[in-house]
Amino acid sequence: MTYILKKIATLIITLFLVSVLAFLAFQIIPGDVVTSILGTEATPEREDALRAELGLDKPPVERYINWATGVLRGDFGKSYRYSKNMNEMMPVADLIGDKLPVTLWLALLSLILTILISIPLGVLWAGTKNKFFDGILNVLTQGSMAVPAFFLGILVTYLFGIIFKAFIPGSYVGYKDDFPGFISYMIFPAIAIAIPKTGMTARFLRNSTLTELKSDYVRTAKSKGVTDGHILFKHVLRNAMLPVVTFLGMIIAEVVAGSIVVEQVFALPGIGRLLISAISTRDFPVVEILILYITMVVIIVYFIVDIIYRILDPRIRVE
Amino acid sequence: MINSVFRTKDGKLNTYLVIGASMAAVVIILSVLSIFWTPYSPTAMSAAQRFKAPTFAHIFGTDNFGRDIFSRVMKAIGTSFLISVFVVLISGTAGILIGSVTGYFGGIIDTVVMRVVDAINGFPSILLALVVISLLGKGRANVVLALAIAFTPSFVRIVRGEFIRLRDADYIIRARLMGAKKTRILFLHILPNIFSTFWVSVTIGFNNAILAESGLSYLGIGVQAPDATLGSMLSDAQGYLGTAPWYALAPGLTIVWMVLSAAMLSEGISRRKKGVR
Repeated sequence: MTYILKKIATLIITLFLVSVLAFLAFQIIPGDVVTSILGTEATPEREDALRAELGLDKPPVERYINWATGVLRGDFGKSYRYSKNMNEMMPVADLIGDKLPVTLWLALLSLILTILISIPLGVLWAGTKNKFFDGILNVLTQGSMAVPAFFLGILVTYLFGIIFKAFIPGSYVGYKDDFPGFISYMIFPAIAIAIPKTGMTARFLRNSTLTELKSDYVRTAKSKGVTDGHILFKHVLRNAMLPVVTFLGMIIAEVVAGSIVVEQVFALPGIGRLLISAISTRDFPVVEILILYITMVVIIVYFIVDIIYRILDPRIRVE
Repeated sequence: MINSVFRTKDGKLNTYLVIGASMAAVVIILSVLSIFWTPYSPTAMSAAQRFKAPTFAHIFGTDNFGRDIFSRVMKAIGTSFLISVFVVLISGTAGILIGSVTGYFGGIIDTVVMRVVDAINGFPSILLALVVISLLGKGRANVVLALAIAFTPSFVRIVRGEFIRLRDADYIIRARLMGAKKTRILFLHILPNIFSTFWVSVTIGFNNAILAESGLSYLGIGVQAPDATLGSMLSDAQGYLGTAPWYALAPGLTIVWMVLSAAMLSEGISRRKKGVR
């Protein structure tokens, strides 16, 4: 219990540090925000008014406190680039709101695909004595890791979209309008993200299973006359899966990063595309929030994985 | 001599190293050659030559402006290779400097540095590069800097681990007793002994640098036009997937080739180290 409390404390401190960094980083960059919004033609009065409206006339510490308390209350600030009703600046929360589920669904689908395929594959691979099967899997998994996510996305589009005509590229429908249609479109970008992760996880599981198969308890079980299948599923897998849990935690962080790129390939309106366009147009309030958000997801996932690991492995609990 | 490099301690041929080295040789030759010569000008447009499928005249075909794709791929390999070399050079050197000092001396600096390294390591490198680029702006030098910052932590971690492993080795204790200077111990006694491990991480770093660079230029925030990069070619080619699939395949498969050569090399080097096949 004290362990979990300690972990939660570090979690909060890390999040605080990240928020300071995410905020400060965008304060030191060269160039005046007000000039970049209004253009060089604006009158000094208009510039001062906007500066006051954005709170840029206050000292950095006060600005950080205003920003951070705003974030905690759910007020994420306003975008420099997007406007609402022509004159008002668009709140960042409104921008992110309907884009977030798209990215989360994409990450979730890719993760499910990865787990569903890689775990049986890894176990079969470790259990097989067939040289040919082993060789094929070796080449396939090694190859899958060498293909960048966006090229895989393009290959998936070409193969499933243009040759097999399983979906129409660019025919994305919103999850609110047509949920089954949304999922059946999202499956394809999810495949593009899942392929390299499946290769990695299957390799990892195979190696950890093979290491376990060499251990003493397996030899003992064998000499007692326990069948190979029983040893693999009842004894070895329970131990071999442990490192895979940590590995999958890392994969989640990669999947989130992968979706940023793959969203671009499939023209999905997720937070990845928003982040890229915000970076290109130097829309810093949006970038700050997205960075903070993605970091938060990554840190919390690591935290959860850590806790699950302790639950699964009683050896760690005894210290 | 060359023969012994490609064989393991038990005399068998190190297939991974041979394949990796040959694939890397093609990349290096093409990128050096591209500085002086390409079959066609990579920017010469021709309305009559648009979307020609691969032939002997244009072995990778032509693109939407009638430019020769092979010439553009050659230039792009050069750019990508150069950026990756600089990224690995900078982050590798930074990794050795930081990792050696923190690993050998330990203490409070080590604790702080490792906290930072762990924090950055857990973060997807392409995201980190995105943040740095959004701060610095686009362009070739900024891409190198962004990726170097993103990759330094993994080098620090590996170098530090090796220095911790070796700092209390017998020969280091002897050297210390003989009154060798600290810099001498760090860089003359320990450093040469970590290179076998270090080369593996250099090739992995190369691998990641190529992937990240092409990812950034695919997203349009890497090296800017008119320079051809593999990523930006792919992003252009995507719109013509139905009419000219070779346009996307050429830069895409080139990336795969480059990444595979680095992966094969790292596997080959680590097998050489272990002395297994």
